[in-house]
Amino acid sequence: MAVARGVRERETAPRWRGRETGVALIFLAPALLGFIAFYAWPTVRGVYLSFTDYDLLTAPDFSGLDNYRRLLTDDVFWNSLWVTLKYVVLNIGVQTVVALALAVLLHRLTRSTVIRGLILLPYLISNVVVALVWYWMADYNLGIINQMLGWVGIDAIGFFGDEAWAIPTIAGINVWRHMGYTALLIFAGLQTINRDVYEAAAVDGAGEFRIFFRITLPLLRPVLALVLVLTVIGSWQIFDTVAVTTQGGPVDATRVIQYYIFDQAFTRFDFGYASAISVVLFLILAGVAFAQLKLLRAGESDQS
Amino acid sequence: MHQTRAWTAGAAAGALVLAACGGGAGADGGSETVTYWLWDANQQPAYQRCADDFEAAHPDIDIEIEQRGWDNYWTGLTLGFVSESAPDVFTDHLSRYPEYVTRDLLLPLDAYVERDELPLGIYEEGLADLWIGEDGHRYGLPKDWDAVGLFYNKDMTEAAGLTEEQLNGLTWNPEDGGTYEDVIARLTVDDNGVRGDEPGFDKNNVRTYGLWLEMPVDYNHGQTQWSMYAVANGWQATDRNPWGTAFNYDDPAFQETIAWWKGLVDKGYMPSLAAQTGLESPDQLAAGNAALITHGSWMTSSIFGYEGLNAGIAPTPVGPTGSRASMFNGLADSIWAGTDSPEASWQWVSYLASPACQRVVGEHQVVFPAITEAWETAQEEFAEDGIDVSPFTDHVEDGTTFLFPITGNAGDIAALMVPALEAVMSGRAPVDSLTGVNEEINDLFR
Repeated sequence: MAVARGVRERETAPRWRGRETGVALIFLAPALLGFIAFYAWPTVRGVYLSFTDYDLLTAPDFSGLDNYRRLLTDDVFWNSLWVTLKYVVLNIGVQTVVALALAVLLHRLTRSTVIRGLILLPYLISNVVVALVWYWMADYNLGIINQMLGWVGIDAIGFFGDEAWAIPTIAGINVWRHMGYTALLIFAGLQTINRDVYEAAAVDGAGEFRIFFRITLPLLRPVLALVLVLTVIGSWQIFDTVAVTTQGGPVDATRVIQYYIFDQAFTRFDFGYASAISVVLFLILAGVAFAQLKLLRAGESDQS
Repeated sequence: MHQTRAWTAGAAAGALVLAACGGGAGADGGSETVTYWLWDANQQPAYQRCADDFEAAHPDIDIEIEQRGWDNYWTGLTLGFVSESAPDVFTDHLSRYPEYVTRDLLLPLDAYVERDELPLGIYEEGLADLWIGEDGHRYGLPKDWDAVGLFYNKDMTEAAGLTEEQLNGLTWNPEDGGTYEDVIARLTVDDNGVRGDEPGFDKNNVRTYGLWLEMPVDYNHGQTQWSMYAVANGWQATDRNPWGTAFNYDDPAFQETIAWWKGLVDKGYMPSLAAQTGLESPDQLAAGNAALITHGSWMTSSIFGYEGLNAGIAPTPVGPTGSRASMFNGLADSIWAGTDSPEASWQWVSYLASPACQRVVGEHQVVFPAITEAWETAQEEFAEDGIDVSPFTDHVEDGTTFLFPITGNAGDIAALMVPALEAVMSGRAPVDSLTGVNEEINDLFR
């Protein structure tokens, strides 16, 4: 009997699975269609267009590696990579430290959901509105920030007009907008840490700083890795703040890579070249994400 | 876009809206719709009036006007071309239309002009022919023109002891700036109330600048910023115009003009590149941060409309050539080649270019219409409000205008020149760095 049942089970299992696959496909279909239509196909087409001379309005013309060869000698492109890198380092560096501090404070000091909600507020405002409001507040002549600096005897600063200030200013604006959201993600990670560990540490007489560096940070690593991958990729794609404030200037100080792509495609009608830059950006981001996950061993946790 | 909507009762699901494209006008009792785009919100009321009058005369055509700000106008238009949903008719700019012509995006108007025997002589001289493409076809009918002048704060010029007569007879040269620079220096006031031409002037703490610097991210060949000086210094932008294939940014007449202009920043008479970022020059004039700005005639109503600003207009200064100079730019209405209603679109375009509509535009006194008689109406309307616009119209009557440089590769030229000029104005690059940029630009045409 046992053997017979075993045989029957082995016979039915594939049929079962076959039916399951069919049902699974039906459930997956909407997502799959979306993935193909909005991700896979545009990616494939984008890669194809990067090998063509295409002006958006007439048919693409195959040009081999021309666009990539042009990239190598395009100073504006290399400058845009450098500018974007500066932005990412500033943006992510400050944002992660601030968000981590906020999250730990939230975790250790308060249980109020109102305060947790409040720190999320800047994230709820549209990017463009945030950028415009800061643009006006930081205006050289009429902005309130420079007015307040004037009261304490500091000369006006060209936040958007000075080459040295433009990228830090834009990075700062986006830190302001995203820190609450990032803090909330980290906060969620903090809540997964077993409270017993903290109690044990307290019993052993560890101070707050020691607890933070020896317990919180190591146990938070997988969540922190995920948050970093998400925010770094988002940060590389900075566009809207630049588009509504400096538009690449002064000189090329804020010509970030996404803005350069937009400029090539839609104001200079060089869609093929814009696609080539996009492919390079795609490869960079894939590399960055892969390296981050490897380095931070995101799949593993120190918590057993 | 031609779109006829019909209501159909669905058998099971109730009423469905069907949008049926194509088909003749009035086939189902509806009418043809012509969409029309413009970027200047100040002009929308005038054109709405024209549209109402036009619809009254053409009951089978609906005009749908859509206004989009300049920043989004051209991107929106490009996306419209790609997705085949561009407006049937749109306000076109000389810097953009050559690239549309080479891509077959505009409807040639020659056959229509010939058929309807449209009189092209009624427009101010030269305006109609700006819209003949390099291929010899006509792609737009002229709607208006503009010139450049000096707008100043009258309270400030009076406080500085400057008479209108002085302001109307300014001279300029790239060496010492002439009486023009004297006026700019006099109008500059530092935080202690010391003027720019007085001893003890503190150029690092300026309250009011004698001239405002404006560095727009859109490149319009220095239209309202420096072209009037450079041309009055004997410079011309391209080897020939229209359809030039070589630029002259390596010409000393241009470079010494820019060097003088940059000098105003160093002297503290004009804000630095960093300080000018943000609000546009008319707002700075209204806010009292500048006593004088250079701007286009289309800003007249806006500038005189500021509360608390007592404004005046003066002509651009006379340069070493012995005459003044102002860019003469004209807009036109073009038809998208992909329109479903070419005939109705043409009817609308020819109405926009007719004396009937341009008179209405003149009465609204925002811009100077292309038809001579209609811009004279605008001039009279301005005069009734106590605004003397002769600093602009004199350029046309005296023949001291020069045309907007019409060339291909406008997008690439802008991408090269905007950062290059910013680098010069910020002091990061010397003026002769523009010679190398000129080489790069001319390579685009080789």
